[in-house]
Order: sequence, then C-alpha cells, then structure tokens
Amino acid sequence: MKITSADALEGIRRSAAEALAVREEGDRSVSQEACGLDKGTPHLQVLCCGGTGCKASESAKIVENFRQSLREHGIADKVDVLVPGCFGFCEKGPIVKIIPDSTFYTSVRPDDVEEIVTSHIIGGSKVERLLYQDPSSGQHISDSKHMEFYRKQLRIALRNCGFIDPENILEYIARDGYKALADSLKRDSLEVLSDIKASGLRGRGGAGFPTGVKWEIARKFDAPDKYVVCNADEGDPGAFMDRSIMEGDPNSVIEAMMICGYCINAHHGLIYIRAEYPLAVHRLQVAIAQAREYGLLGKDILGSGFDFDIEIRYGAGAFVCGEETALIHSMEGKRGEPTLKPPFPAEAGYFGRPTNVNNVETLANVPVILTRGPQWFASIGTEKSKGTKVFALAGKINNVGLIEVPMGTTLREIIYDIGGGVKNGKKFKAVQTGGPSGGCLTEKHLDIPIDYESLAAAGSMMGSGGMIVMDEDDCMVSVAKFFLEFTVGESCGKCTPCRIGNKRMLEILDRITEGRGKMEDIDKLENLAKVIKDTALCGLGQTSPNPVLSTLANFREEYVEHVRDHVCRARKCKALLTYSIDPVLCKGCSLCARNCPAEAIAGEVRKPFVINPEKCIRCGMCLSRCKFGAIHVI
Amino acid sequence: MSELKISCEAIREVEAVCETFHNDPGELIAILHAVQNKLGYLPEEVQRVIARKLGIPASKVYGVVTFYSFFSMTPKGRNPVSVCLGTACYVRGSDKVLEEFKRVLGIEVGETTPDGRFSLDCLRCVGACGLAPVATIGEKVYGRLNPSDIKKIVAEFED
Repeated sequence: MKITSADALEGIRRSAAEALAVREEGDRSVSQEACGLDKGTPHLQVLCCGGTGCKASESAKIVENFRQSLREHGIADKVDVLVPGCFGFCEKGPIVKIIPDSTFYTSVRPDDVEEIVTSHIIGGSKVERLLYQDPSSGQHISDSKHMEFYRKQLRIALRNCGFIDPENILEYIARDGYKALADSLKRDSLEVLSDIKASGLRGRGGAGFPTGVKWEIARKFDAPDKYVVCNADEGDPGAFMDRSIMEGDPNSVIEAMMICGYCINAHHGLIYIRAEYPLAVHRLQVAIAQAREYGLLGKDILGSGFDFDIEIRYGAGAFVCGEETALIHSMEGKRGEPTLKPPFPAEAGYFGRPTNVNNVETLANVPVILTRGPQWFASIGTEKSKGTKVFALAGKINNVGLIEVPMGTTLREIIYDIGGGVKNGKKFKAVQTGGPSGGCLTEKHLDIPIDYESLAAAGSMMGSGGMIVMDEDDCMVSVAKFFLEFTVGESCGKCTPCRIGNKRMLEILDRITEGRGKMEDIDKLENLAKVIKDTALCGLGQTSPNPVLSTLANFREEYVEHVRDHVCRARKCKALLTYSIDPVLCKGCSLCARNCPAEAIAGEVRKPFVINPEKCIRCGMCLSRCKFGAIHVI
Repeated sequence: MSELKISCEAIREVEAVCETFHNDPGELIAILHAVQNKLGYLPEEVQRVIARKLGIPASKVYGVVTFYSFFSMTPKGRNPVSVCLGTACYVRGSDKVLEEFKRVLGIEVGETTPDGRFSLDCLRCVGACGLAPVATIGEKVYGRLNPSDIKKIVAEFED
C-alpha cells in the first residue's frame, strides 16, 4: 500500500502508535507489579533482544522456545513475541522484556522460557532469579529505568533500538518515523538545511565535521547525478555502534539519507556496509523493501514530486575504507586507496559526481533533530559538541554494553556509574577511545567532560565510539603494539610514511617487548611517530601513531622499565617472564604438569614439581590451573 | 597461466555471475562477493575468467582480491575458525586463545588443516564484546573462552 501524502502518513502513525503505547515505560517511581493473563491482562508482549551480542548467546533459540511454549499453552493469540534491536546491556544478555509491566529479565537461557511463561505471563508473578541484581544494594530491580546502567544515559540515536521491531516499518512510523521527511518535503530545502546547521550536529564517524556545513558544500555543486552515501563501514576493532543502529533502527538511516538528498538536491542513495555484518545487511534490505512498498522510497514521495532511492554496496574488510575517498573508490569496484583532498567528494566523488558521505550514527540523529527542533538538540551537550554520543563500552569493565550519553559526560561517570567500575575489583589503569586512531587516557583524565575538543586536547580522540577499559594487568607497550599491528595490517600501502614508517615503529616495539630494546629506541619511536602524523596521506595514516604517542606521554615509565630493567609490570610480555613453582606451596598434585602443553613441568606426585625454563613456552597454563597459588611469575 | 584446476561448470557459473552484473567493472567487488559465495574462494583461474569477462587486466582483479581481507585465494576448511582480535577481546586474552587454536589445530593463521576440516583466521569484532574473548566456528559463536576450553571445542567437530 502506497502512502501518497503527509496526511495519510499521519493517519497510519496514529493507528500504529496506539499499539505501541503499552511499551512506554513512563515515569513510575517504583517498579510495577507483574501483569499476567490470570490477573486479567488481556494482551502481553515479549521482546527478545535480537542484537548480535544476544544472538551469540542463543537469543534466537529463546524466541523459538517462547513461540512453542505459548502455542502449547494455547495462548499464542494473547502474547506477541517480537525481536527488537540491541537493548544495550550486553553484559547481561540475552535480555527479555515483558510488556506492559516492563519487566527486564537478564541473562536468560533457553531453558528459562517455560518458567517465564507459566509464572509471569500466565500467573502474573515475576521470576525473581532472572531480575537484575543491583551490585551495591543487592536488591532485585525489575525495570531498566531504575538501573544505574541506564540512569545517566540519554538515548537519541538509539531511541528506537530495543523498542521497536526493526523489520516492521509501521512501528517506526508509530514513533514519528518519516514525519521529519514529510515535514521537510513541505518546506524549502534551504530552511531544512539551516535547521541541521543550527542544531550543531557534527560527524559521529570520528573527525567531527559539522554536518550542516558538509551538506551546504555538497548542495553548491550542481550536477544531474548526485549521491548521498551512508558510511556503514565500521572498522574500529571493538566497536559496534553503527551495526546496532542498523540492526535496531534501519529506517532512521533511510529517512535521514532522503532528507539529506532533499537538502542537497540528490536522488540516489548508497549505503556502504561491511559484508561481515549479515544481520545489519538483512535488516537494511527489509527496511528498504518496505519503504519502497509504502512509497516512501521511489518516485514522487508523499506526493511532493521528490524522487529518491537507495542501493546497498558491500565492503570487503578494509579499515581504510572508513576514509571517505577510499570508501568511494571501493564502491567503484577498486582497491580502497584514499586520494588527496581537494577535490573533496562534495565536488567530485562517486564516479566523479558530487557526493556527500555521512556516518550511520550522524544520520540517525537527523530525523529527531527535525521533529523536536534544532534548539532542543543544541540544548544538549557542551558548547562546541551538541547532542549525545554512542559508545561501545567494553574491555575490563563490569557492564559491557552499548551506551549513549550527552556530550560533556565525564569518563568517570561512564566507567564507574554506567559501567559499574573495573571488573573483578582490579585497579583502573587506562581507557582507550578512538580505536586505532585514538589514544589511552589515564586516571588524571577521568574528570574531563567528553567532547571532540577535550578528548583531542588530552591526546586521544572521539573516534567512532569504541571505548575500552584496561586494568593493572594490561601492559601499555603491548597495547600500543596491538594497535600498530592492526594499522600495519590495514595500511593500504599508498603513502610511504604509513607503509614503511609504521612498520619500522612496529619493529621497535617488537624489540622493546622482547627485551632487546635500547634507550634510544624510545626517542626514535617518538620522533618517527611525529613524522608519520605530519606527513601521511590520509586520516588513517595521520592518526596511526596516536596509540604510541599517548602511551609514551602517559606511561613512559613502562617503556623505560621494559628497556632498562627488562621488566613488564603487567606480566604480559612473554619474553620478559620467568615461571617457577614455589616448593613450599606446591602440593604435588601434578595438575600443572598434566596441562602443560610443552611438557616443561616434571616431578613426582605429592612432591614439589619443577619447571624446566628451557622447555617453558610461558603460556601461563600452569598459572591458570594451579589451585594452591604455587606458580610464581617474575 | 597456472594449471587449470576448476571445472568448466564452475567457469560457466562465474561467467553467469559477471553477466548478471552486466559485465560492469564498477561492480567488481559485488561480483567477487557473489563468486566467493558460490565457490568458497577465488583462485587465480577464476580471477582470470572475471578479468576477461569485464575487459580489465587480471592484475586489477588480483589487486582488489588481495586488498580486502574478506576475499580468500585458498579454500576454507569445512569448519572455519575465526578468533576475534578486536580490542575488547584482546584485553580479555584473545591472543592466548588464538595461540591455543594454533597449537591444537597445528596450523597458522590463514591456513587450512591438511584434512580440510578446519581453517584458522582472525577477525575484528563480532559485536559480542560482552562475551569477550570470542571465537566463531562456522555460524556458531563461542564466548568467554579460556585457552583450556579449546581442545574440547575442537573435539566437538571431530568427524
């Protein structure tokens, strides 16, 4: 059924919104009583997280079990089972939410389904053991609103993730979806563009270029074929923001691309997405097909005379393709090598045509800016960075997950309030932001309010949103080496500083971590890093020394210890370690010897065992197996 | 030209893929995706067939195949193992998990066991950072791995 006018869209929104209203949590001060069919609740909904993280923990099986159990109890017509996108709280996944009482079950296993159905859905009493337990009070909390993890968050880009069924366009429309487009098509495109400018929205892919200004430049270049490109080539290892948005709310990206097209006078949209994201690809395909079916993509959209359509292009695993000129070459079927700017893609991009490239998260903000007004958006955040930022919070942290916070939130609030602090009570050491292009920040940076400028001033960068917490067991020299290995592997090889310079830096780091470093290596490393930063061709090369420079600035003493004392304080650098067995503590149980892959441990049962240092490969297997703490590592 | 190892039928399939994309060199990456989906890998002969159909030098096709990590010139094992080396998994010890896979399977990254049962690769972020460290075997994701689990997991796949 085609929607041919803004009024028709509004009619659909109203009827669809009613069905969705039960999912709103409202502002209840205390958790609500459970609902149940026996208590007179006529209809319930079960939302099972369909994000990649929960899917990896068998959430698909949970969905199947729910459907089967509801059929067996003969209540399938009274309970809907839906699969929305990521709820964000990946640490406690898979998540199952019961509507209308908004009960938020965590770490659900497929075997738990029957109990949820009989006890909660039918009987109306919550399954206590599956509720989230607050780590400080020990109390069970049954709705997400009262969890520390969600309290400081503000979900704008993620507004629909974990809420709507991403494969049903009507649910998107119910949440004011395509309203921004309908309103925009009735206005002068220059006015719409000035709203985006006034909102202060900046690119969420990393560099933070003002989105409105970018659109304005693209608008100036006139050509019959212009392109709007969505950069969904999320290559930062350990980051999954864009993937979650595409999986949880694909229509918001489509709507924003159309609004951009209207503003810059383009009629073709291309989404460049990693082939490694099969679920996100599927959800986008479904969303595009549904938008076409409803006449929201195609010719004469909503009777306005504006035409727009979208195609998907697949990446093939190259980090450098996140750089816009490299991305464009890749879409043209070539090697993804960047080229010098200017000319900017706005002038000569995809096959030489004017092209505007925006990142997924940036686009997801666009519709809501227009429906709620640029002033509303600009009121959130800091002076120069408006709105919110999505981070993939991971590493040695209690609450791994996808979070969205207002700009200006401090790292301390993210790590300790939302993230619940460092895992296993270990001591915080560093937090890495910006992925391979970013840097490691320390304790002294925890109270700076996060925005583009403050993170850059501290020696890191906003990046696309990876945020990895490290504890006292992480060696900062090894971390720098890890990122450099990544960059060396991903360097396209076009410019010398990146291709050769990074390789030389990696060799120096190899020497240092293997105990063969010299003191002058540290200065050489710093010098080389600065040269690469100044001379590399593209963003990947220019930012590739950041992990080295930031660890040198904040953890220089660790480099010195590796070189001068041959000591790795985090006990990560194998070549610098010696394993031995404490003869007093050793009970002679032989567990270490039986598990040693190198057969380096020998001894008689009930007598102290001994490690042969010649044979020892320093894998740490004995350490992880010993129950008596008898393995020493120096 | 190297020795011809693929069947005439496979060549016809490759040619058909090129034709569905109108033999357009701009669609090279999409064509390579489609062909790798059918054949499992992109050996030299196949690259030459594609180059001839699209009217571009074989060196260009080779350049693209080797540029992107998703494309492979060697066949994968029946159970492709991928260890996540994303940052979140790395700080939770995925390097040790990878070492153990190498040791248990007796192959290096990018190789396939002689019996064709397993191949070993690295990938960057599965998006299941809550389960770090993570590895995938085929479609299945294994989370919260400890090096000592690997032997047992591999044994699940013994033929």
